[in-house]
Amino acid sequence: MQHKLILSSPLLGITISRLCQELIENHQNFENSVIIGLQPRGIFFAERIHQELESITGVKIPIGYLDATFYRDDYRRRELVKANATKVPFIIENKQVILVDDVLATGRMVRAALDAMTAFGRPSKVELCVLIDRIYNRDLPINPDYVGKKVNTLATEKVLVEWKEQGHEADNIWLITK
Amino acid sequence: MQKLSTRHLLGIKDLTPDDIELIMATAREFKEVINRPIKKVPSLRDVTIANVFFENSTRTRLSFELAEKRLSADTINFSASGSSVKKGETLLDTVNNILAMKVDMIVMRHASPGAPHFLSKHISANIVNAGDGTHEHPTQALLDSFSMREKLGTDLAGKKIAIIGDILHSRVALSNIFALRKQGAEVTLCGPSTLIPRYVNELGVKVSHNVKETLAWCDVANVLRIQLERQQIKYFPTLREYSLYFGINKKMLDDLNKEIIIMHPGPINRGVELTSDAADSHHSIILDQVENGVAVRMAVLYLLAGQN
Repeated sequence: MQHKLILSSPLLGITISRLCQELIENHQNFENSVIIGLQPRGIFFAERIHQELESITGVKIPIGYLDATFYRDDYRRRELVKANATKVPFIIENKQVILVDDVLATGRMVRAALDAMTAFGRPSKVELCVLIDRIYNRDLPINPDYVGKKVNTLATEKVLVEWKEQGHEADNIWLITK
Repeated sequence: MQKLSTRHLLGIKDLTPDDIELIMATAREFKEVINRPIKKVPSLRDVTIANVFFENSTRTRLSFELAEKRLSADTINFSASGSSVKKGETLLDTVNNILAMKVDMIVMRHASPGAPHFLSKHISANIVNAGDGTHEHPTQALLDSFSMREKLGTDLAGKKIAIIGDILHSRVALSNIFALRKQGAEVTLCGPSTLIPRYVNELGVKVSHNVKETLAWCDVANVLRIQLERQQIKYFPTLREYSLYFGINKKMLDDLNKEIIIMHPGPINRGVELTSDAADSHHSIILDQVENGVAVRMAVLYLLAGQN
């Protein structure tokens, strides 16, 4: 297996700052906006975005975590995936939701997440923010609104995101070729 | 991820400690699901489940049915009364006829111990045992463990659990003993000696005939119903005498001067094994058990159906 580094600090910090500026441009003071991180790994990226946004704007922005395991379209077709905690301590009715995930590939998890989100209300708008966009890997017509980095990958390759919060030494994003 | 080591849930006896952990972890997430504004997930939308009840049930049947609906499964219900069972149809024939209608899972309650085990040797659908005679009632034991963990805030290793009442006729007791021992809890059974089965020492439990001592010892008391309908002979002179020696009232609990959790699988014989003031006291988590039952059964159905 071959590991190739595609993003790490300090460039990652710059990317997160840039994404936050883009979000501020569209959401201004975030009075009607909420952030929802996708389990399992999107929550770390969502936390970073959330921290940075709050420190720049000085306003409190609601943040939640959503697990879409029970909404997956490959249940009974592939091995079971472990369910993670969902914590959406607010109603998203008429809110602008910023859905945050680390890697966008097929778009199937985002589809499941959109489905899962309906259990918490009807948002006025949903935007998608991803750190890595694996272009040309899409199975569904889903596109991100905010992209950290676009990478051109083969379906056989894998993108691995490591966060300090998970116990890794540094934040690193790898492209793994088998 | 890890999956259950079995295709059927016939009894806790067949589960590994890892299976129990997986069910507990999945049930936690389903408990969050059933407390959402919209309590339904689409996971089992292409699964059909038959609830086959050869014996009466309120809680278990409703709980399974609700769990199935929350998972978006299609359900059909069968109860023996008013069916062809009365005309002499065998168990296997009845079930095979149900399965011929393209059913994926069977949830079955039967008065004969081992009925679901027998069935599992002859059919391919997943089977969930919803109680087989005086043998096992696995989902009840799982929801009891889930409720204990939730209330205690930890897993059950080293915890002291008492099971009080009619152990001899209780499938809930047997499944609870297996489940609690597999999670490392200490178990004491308490009841009149006529209602404690003889072989029970082999399961690694202690036996007591003194309810006050048992309550003083335990963190959790799971109080069982006196199953008069299964008692063909007299095991104790009168209900009044039973409740005098083995019944639990609020004063006994208050006199303990400690935190104690009182559980009961229902239906309660109020005034026999538990007085009303004890059953409705702050010690009691009887209604939490019922709520958790739906989440635990969702987890079991989800994990079993997901293996296919």
